[in-house]
Amino acid sequence: MKDDRPSNPPEPAKTEPAFTPLGTPPEPPVRSREGDIIHTSPELAVGEGDVRTAERGIQEPLAGTSLWKDAWRRLRKNKLAVFGMIVVVIVALVSIIGPYIIEWTAGFSYDTIPRDVEKIRALPPFRDVNGNFSWLHPMGTDTQGRDILSRVLMGGQISLMVGLISTFVSLIIGVAFGATAGYVGGKVDNVMMRFVDILYALPYMMIVIVLLAVFGAETALGQLILLFVALGAVSWLTMARIVRGQVISLKNQEFVLAARATGVSTSKIIFRHLVPNTLGPVIVYATLTIPQVMLQEAFLSFLGLGVRPPHASWGSLAADGIQNIAIFPWQIIFPGVTMALTLFSLNFLGDGLRDALDPQMRKT
Amino acid sequence: MLRFIIRRLLIMIPTVLIIITLTWGLIRLAPGNFYDSEKNIPEAIVKNIRAKYGLDQPWYVQYGRVIVRLFGFQYIPVRDENGKEVVGSNGQLVMKYEWHPYPDFGDSLKYEGQSVNRILATTLPVSITLGLLAYILAMIVGLITGTFAALKQNSKFDYASMAFAMLGISVPNFVLGPLLVLIFSLTLYWLPPARWGGFPSWNLLMPVLTLSALYMAYIARLTRSGMLEVLRADYVRTARAKGLSEKQVIFRHVMRGGLLPVISFSGPALAYLITGTVVVEQIFALPGLGNFFLNANLSRDEPLIIGIVAFLSLAILVFNLLVDIAYAFIDPRIRY
Repeated sequence: MKDDRPSNPPEPAKTEPAFTPLGTPPEPPVRSREGDIIHTSPELAVGEGDVRTAERGIQEPLAGTSLWKDAWRRLRKNKLAVFGMIVVVIVALVSIIGPYIIEWTAGFSYDTIPRDVEKIRALPPFRDVNGNFSWLHPMGTDTQGRDILSRVLMGGQISLMVGLISTFVSLIIGVAFGATAGYVGGKVDNVMMRFVDILYALPYMMIVIVLLAVFGAETALGQLILLFVALGAVSWLTMARIVRGQVISLKNQEFVLAARATGVSTSKIIFRHLVPNTLGPVIVYATLTIPQVMLQEAFLSFLGLGVRPPHASWGSLAADGIQNIAIFPWQIIFPGVTMALTLFSLNFLGDGLRDALDPQMRKT
Repeated sequence: MLRFIIRRLLIMIPTVLIIITLTWGLIRLAPGNFYDSEKNIPEAIVKNIRAKYGLDQPWYVQYGRVIVRLFGFQYIPVRDENGKEVVGSNGQLVMKYEWHPYPDFGDSLKYEGQSVNRILATTLPVSITLGLLAYILAMIVGLITGTFAALKQNSKFDYASMAFAMLGISVPNFVLGPLLVLIFSLTLYWLPPARWGGFPSWNLLMPVLTLSALYMAYIARLTRSGMLEVLRADYVRTARAKGLSEKQVIFRHVMRGGLLPVISFSGPALAYLITGTVVVEQIFALPGLGNFFLNANLSRDEPLIIGIVAFLSLAILVFNLLVDIAYAFIDPRIRY
């Protein structure tokens, strides 16, 4: 077979200059050429060829992933965390809209006691007054004939609200306290952290019980606010410790030095430069605080110290339900199981967030 | 070490005093009083009640009395040779202080005629039995589950036990307790639903299980994560490399390191146990400390509240100290 391809053009002959005019020329500096392998540690070994392909766009250019994008990707991979997130979103949405839908379609709200004396009694789930199947009360009614589904949803509103607001209160106290202690350092830090240590050792739930029992507000709303403050005030300790640790590791970095050099005030450095950088662990811990606070709220409400009627929370519903456990078990089963499911999901979500945001922190 | 213990013991005194002051202040600042629930008491009787309980004195005298009592000074009426109480010129009993080697919390206001010390003495055995059994159960189950989960990481057993642990953390004890009652007492008729039946009794089973579920779950999770961390540590690799058997590696080296977080959790666990008992005693109608504490709060029984708060905070502080000492024994790296 005849090779009809044009042969490669002959390489230009390497000509040596006949003479060196000024003696021996200096050795050319060693440069890497195309195809050369640059020897570095294996994970950094990038030949020039790779860089060129990347530049020419033959391969997908590597997009930079931010912390949040990366975390979101990792979170989506965690099935249990996704499950938790979905359940939490559903429970929250249904708790917020549900009572209104029920009131609109069925005509009763969470504290409507039926006018008809016949109906003022506990009906089992899916039963009407005559014992026939009915969709009206899927979770049954309580002893006063109030619909338990509406009450559970309304309780969900209160429980989630207490969880969120109290966590927010604890977040503010904890972040401010921890960041100040960490940034100021020295004696101030020492005193502030000893204070936290002492508080850690206190049986604070006992003090909360005393507080709520003796200060019990006259109005239901007042009691709710007292509850927010009391629960927020006792759950900031760990948050303060976490933020302090983060701030200490951050405060000697260049950007803080730069801020200080340009004359930014201490409080501004703390809240504008340091606190935003501690956000990852803070969010993770806040997510894990929400179920804890909800549990504490339910515990207090169960003891009759938390929310007051007409408000209802999952804890107070369970407390009402336990009185009739032998005869009307659905009165405690539904609020209890709803609460357990929500806390379960919140805990999984928090764990997933921790793994996603901070793979270093994979603990407990 | 000794210096550390002495320092910690000395810090305890101001800590308890702060707690007492806080509690006393809260009770005093709150509007209303313990005799308020009685409707329409005549002015003269109110005056007598206030005089009897020393409420007519300035606040610092009342506060001082509370503190002095903590140090064992009992405030009792003076008696003459025949054992009769001496009445002063203003028609009231003459009182004096007498020192005892134990704190005296005074008389309860709600349970009339009973001293707080006596109430503490009768209710404590119930609460301690409950708490201790729950703690032991949680320790045994939690440690074993956590260890196996860590050794067989990512196995089915690991996933199942950790899911159960999460369930234990998420299901509130006031839901778990009634559910147990519903199943074992009201459906199967196996166990009595409530009441105290002394120490070795089936009545204890459900309360103890309810109380310990949360700690069991926590301890299992803590053990697992602690063990996993230690299993990767260099000194464990060294132990394996020197040719120790797997059993020796696990029991002598891994267990020690893995136990540390569990031990440090014991301190907070006691505080949780105390709050947990309040609920469990409510559910199962047990005559424990928690029940009395709740009632004392609801009826503004100041001496009883302060007595229980003081006792429990002291217990927690002492326990935390013991935990720290145990820590130093287990982890040779820790020096005080």
